[in-house]
Amino acid sequence: MLTKEDIERLATLARIDVSEEEKKGLAKDLDAVLAYVSEVSKITTESDTVPRVGELRNVMREDADAYPGGEWSEAILANAPHKEDGYFKVGQIF
Amino acid sequence: MTIDPSTLTITEAHRALRAKEYSAKELTEAVLLRAKNKNPEINAYAELFEDVIESADLADRMLADGSAGDLAGIPVGVKDIMLIKGKISAAGSKVLMNHRAVYDGTVVGKLKSAGAVILGRTNMDEFAMGSSSETCAYGPVKNPIDPSRVPGGSSGGSAAAVAMGGALGALGSDTGGSVRQPAALCGVVGLKPTYGAVSRYGLMAMASSLDQIGPLAKTVADTEILYRAIAGHDPMDSTSVPEGHSSRRKGAQKERLTIGIPESFVAMDGIDPDVRENFRATIEKLKQAGHKVQSVDLPSLPHALAVYYILMPAEVSANLARYDGIRYGYSKESDKLMEVYMRSRALGFGKEARRRILLGTYVLSAGYYDAYYNKAVAVRRMITEELMLVFSKVDVITTPTTPSPAFKLGEKIANPLTMYLEDIFTVPANIAGIPGISVPSGVVSRENTYLPVGVQFLAAPFCEDILFAIGKEVERVRA
Repeated sequence: MLTKEDIERLATLARIDVSEEEKKGLAKDLDAVLAYVSEVSKITTESDTVPRVGELRNVMREDADAYPGGEWSEAILANAPHKEDGYFKVGQIF
Repeated sequence: MTIDPSTLTITEAHRALRAKEYSAKELTEAVLLRAKNKNPEINAYAELFEDVIESADLADRMLADGSAGDLAGIPVGVKDIMLIKGKISAAGSKVLMNHRAVYDGTVVGKLKSAGAVILGRTNMDEFAMGSSSETCAYGPVKNPIDPSRVPGGSSGGSAAAVAMGGALGALGSDTGGSVRQPAALCGVVGLKPTYGAVSRYGLMAMASSLDQIGPLAKTVADTEILYRAIAGHDPMDSTSVPEGHSSRRKGAQKERLTIGIPESFVAMDGIDPDVRENFRATIEKLKQAGHKVQSVDLPSLPHALAVYYILMPAEVSANLARYDGIRYGYSKESDKLMEVYMRSRALGFGKEARRRILLGTYVLSAGYYDAYYNKAVAVRRMITEELMLVFSKVDVITTPTTPSPAFKLGEKIANPLTMYLEDIFTVPANIAGIPGISVPSGVVSRENTYLPVGVQFLAAPFCEDILFAIGKEVERVRA
């Protein structure tokens, strides 16, 4: 069973504020899904569980001028909530 | 000549455009009018574009100079999760309500150069997370067959647009059934191609090891036309499979196909009896048409849904980390950076998105990683190997597409787990990266309304041709 503290810890890791009244509902929802998905733990699988999803292969390109400077800057910055002199603007970090 | 968008197919429209029975402009105007009339009730579209006549004029020039392909002048809808340069691309989320696409996604570029007319962006569950299109920030989509019911999801707007005659075809994205399930519930055809068959450049990522773009249309032939237009290798998507790669094996074309049924899976509790009866009747007709039907053993298949609801949220929690209120999207102001993150994400994301991000964070966190994520990856491999073994004996595997016909709005939204069970038959294709198609297989009766249901076929990687062949057989035996 997930506790209120568990939800707070997950919310911090995921960078999402969760209100007090929402914590209980989330714990209940997540418990129900986790109870369902834990059936996988009962399945016997081969010991080799190196996560391998899809086929892995390198995709390379010539190390040349793939991204000419400034070509997209204006269009990209047009979507930014806060910007200044061609930069994204953020608040205090520490 | 009158144009009836509710019955018109891409194939027939193409013939008529070629024969100059009407122009691309006239066709576009007719379909757009239909979309505008139906949209206030159905809400299939988030936005119908203003500049569609320009695209239609371009298509008319292609038709005049002989450079027109199958899609020239064909009005289509595109799910609000694929980038269309200069247009808002919101993925059904409050987070991206003001986000304007900087470039065309590869599939959008391909549609445009084929001369297709993109009428608008279709509504969807927020970030493609849902099976009912009720979590859309632009409001819920209704099923055109019965507006008190959901169209399915997450590509519910694309399916509804086609079903209401507001587009001759549409693109959706399918992570666990999001093209096939709404196609079944709205009575249209939907294809999830092989993983890597269609470029995802310009598709907003939900779960990257599962996502695939796929077409929806009224017939299998139309679906095939759209698929051929969007498929192919793209250097801009590293998961797109190069032409000539060994995995691109072609299935042999044969008149009589061998159809495998995972009997114990289809007999599971929770499947609507009418849906099961419709499925049996469809298979019986295919048998009478000369196809061979046999039972196949896929013992791990019922675990696919549990595997999906571990892997998908894990990938969601990573992919949706980008929505932080800094570079684009919803941003809640604060002079402290951490508070911008915490508040923007709390207020921007809807309930289901937050639920899945937290669930994904849980299954990836220290102490649970091996028990959930790694175990799910191992079971995923088991399921894939079982399927590949079965495809050495049969051409296709078949199941109903969904466990029940379209449900009522509000019926499942409060209980996430019941909603998740909608994906039980569609999820295995995403888990194994194989193609799957849903074809209308008739109707079941509910409260004096006939609701459509679909039959699903799965094939080995890059064997879409076999799916089109069997899909056309279903259309033929049901006609």
